[in-house]
Amino acid sequence: MALILPESREALAEGLAARGYIVDDALAMSVFLALRMRRPLFLEGAPGVGKTLLARVLAELFETRLIRLQCYEGLDISQAAYEWNYPRQLLELQARGGRSEGSSVATEGLFQEAFLLKRPLLQAIDAAHDRAPVLLIDELDRADEEFESFLLELLGDFQITIPELGTLTARHRPIVVLTSNRTRDVHDALKRRCLYHWIDYPSLEKEVEIVRRRVPGLADHVRRRIVAFVQRLRREDLSKLPGVAETVDWAEAIAHLGPDDLDPGLVGATLGFLLKHHDDIERVRGALVEQLLADRA
Amino acid sequence: MASASLYHDVVGFARTLRSAGLPVGVEQSETFAEALARVDVVSRRDVYLAARATLVMRREDLPVFDDLFGAFFDAADEKTDRAQRVPLAPRHDRSAFFRTALLAYMAERANPRAPEVEVPEQTRAASPVELLRRKDFGECTREELDALARALRDLRFDLTVRESLRLIGARRGARLDMRRVLRNAASHGGIALALHRQRRKLKRRPLVVLADISGSMELYSRILLQFLHGIAHRHGRTETFVFGTRLTRITSQLQIRDVDTALAHAAREIVDFAGGTRIGECLRTFNRLHARRVLQGGAVLLLISDGWETGDAAALDAEMRRVRERCHRLVWLNPLLGGAGYQPRTRGMSIALAHVDDFLPVHNLQSLHDLSTHLARISRRKGAVVTRADEQRTW
Repeated sequence: MALILPESREALAEGLAARGYIVDDALAMSVFLALRMRRPLFLEGAPGVGKTLLARVLAELFETRLIRLQCYEGLDISQAAYEWNYPRQLLELQARGGRSEGSSVATEGLFQEAFLLKRPLLQAIDAAHDRAPVLLIDELDRADEEFESFLLELLGDFQITIPELGTLTARHRPIVVLTSNRTRDVHDALKRRCLYHWIDYPSLEKEVEIVRRRVPGLADHVRRRIVAFVQRLRREDLSKLPGVAETVDWAEAIAHLGPDDLDPGLVGATLGFLLKHHDDIERVRGALVEQLLADRA
Repeated sequence: MASASLYHDVVGFARTLRSAGLPVGVEQSETFAEALARVDVVSRRDVYLAARATLVMRREDLPVFDDLFGAFFDAADEKTDRAQRVPLAPRHDRSAFFRTALLAYMAERANPRAPEVEVPEQTRAASPVELLRRKDFGECTREELDALARALRDLRFDLTVRESLRLIGARRGARLDMRRVLRNAASHGGIALALHRQRRKLKRRPLVVLADISGSMELYSRILLQFLHGIAHRHGRTETFVFGTRLTRITSQLQIRDVDTALAHAAREIVDFAGGTRIGECLRTFNRLHARRVLQGGAVLLLISDGWETGDAAALDAEMRRVRERCHRLVWLNPLLGGAGYQPRTRGMSIALAHVDDFLPVHNLQSLHDLSTHLARISRRKGAVVTRADEQRTW
């Protein structure tokens, strides 16, 4: 069963917005083209701008499975793609007893799909799916560079070659989303196979809209002040700027407290939702909070 | 925009981007053409967004892309032949002027041939390099510096290692290599007779160098650039930056094998050779644009400067703290430290000292050798003291 893809980028943007994900037209275009041209989408941007969330919302939109691969240093094929189920293979060998002699005969029948542990990448191209899943390869910059070369085969042809078994090819090409926080450069060869998009922090209007959808219980003027404060904060020299995820968390916290307006005391007490570095909090707390609050964006 | 000319435009635009240095291959122009078939090509916004989605691969390229897109498609729309831009004469074009001036400057400083004839490569007496070992770089003659440069080519560095998650076969490894064990078992009727083991692979720590090339460091700049070139070549993972009033990344220039060509290329990138120093500001640029990327994976950072800060002291303090948090080891190398009775009293230096792990001299060849020994001993634990190096601290 093929996925029903949107007709235009406007239709796509509406579909995403209906699920609480607001996009600007540049991102809408990149996603639209990636879907239509069946290309992987490579998203780069600061942490907390909604890269991972986009993949989740896409899976929701197409009512399909989300398969997530979280990258980390040292991630290798046995964790990302497949591994042979050694205990089962050993048991199988023992069960056969010493009936066969010589290794070539003995291992026969051991390297079959039944003995394969399918990790996320192999799951994504598994022919057993009745529709294309969304494959999220999250924080690719954390994985080793060698891992990227392995992805080249997967993202180019949507197939994985297992030496003992042969080449497995996807029946339904997955929708692939790769994200990177840009702690290092990802190789151009990989990027060339994808559509690249840099997700920036959203504009004030867009962010207000995001908060409105995610935290409905806030008064309009409080919500606006929350977002204005965060946006103003992003212009400060901090070691880690608050992302949209932080804005939403903070708005939620404030919604629980239910004030009529933001005041420096309240902001100071809840800064930990926005800033995750002690130095940053120390810097902002006190006089700067008042100044930023007064400084209406 | 007529669609007949559209494909012509695609190729032309891709070429424009390429000549501006964006990595746009044939593959990408094809992707762009393919994308155009799926959008409204009469809408300029659509064409722009499609081009952006398919042709841009780095965030830094976006502004250039926007400019070029505007220029290219405005020109195509208007179909007017604009007067071709006449290149400025070098003396009006400031950047070109600096480039030529610097090239001349570097060529003069790094003249590869002339002095080499005068310096005997091997003498029967004590090798000149031995005598030069303890001579301050600042007091060396040009010939001596050339001899030093040759000695530097052989200087080896052993950086400390750390464990990666990768596994390699090892007799005494901590874990079993199940793939091999299974094969072994298969040939013995299901009983594993040999247990093959593996261990984590050791990875060298990446090395990042930030070198001061401002006026006060002038005497040391040339030899240090030679030294940096040597490090860059013997170490796979090295990132090199130089700074004065601005920070410049010269990693790719130093990759050129021939030292003189490499230095000439690097000099072309450097706009403020022998100017003032704003360490704080340059560190800030480094922290913002590069640190996250290059200091990843437990890097050792070498900062080479005399600490003669002309910028804001408070900024230096904050940036030093930030950079310290991100690297495994922060080593400050100061050529003045070699001089007798030197006290780190300059404002910049005394602020920076609060944040560094090691404070070492780099004024002669011996100090570079000591540095290499020191780097090999850096502990796996962040911030741990290297005992022998402590003796070298003269303050």
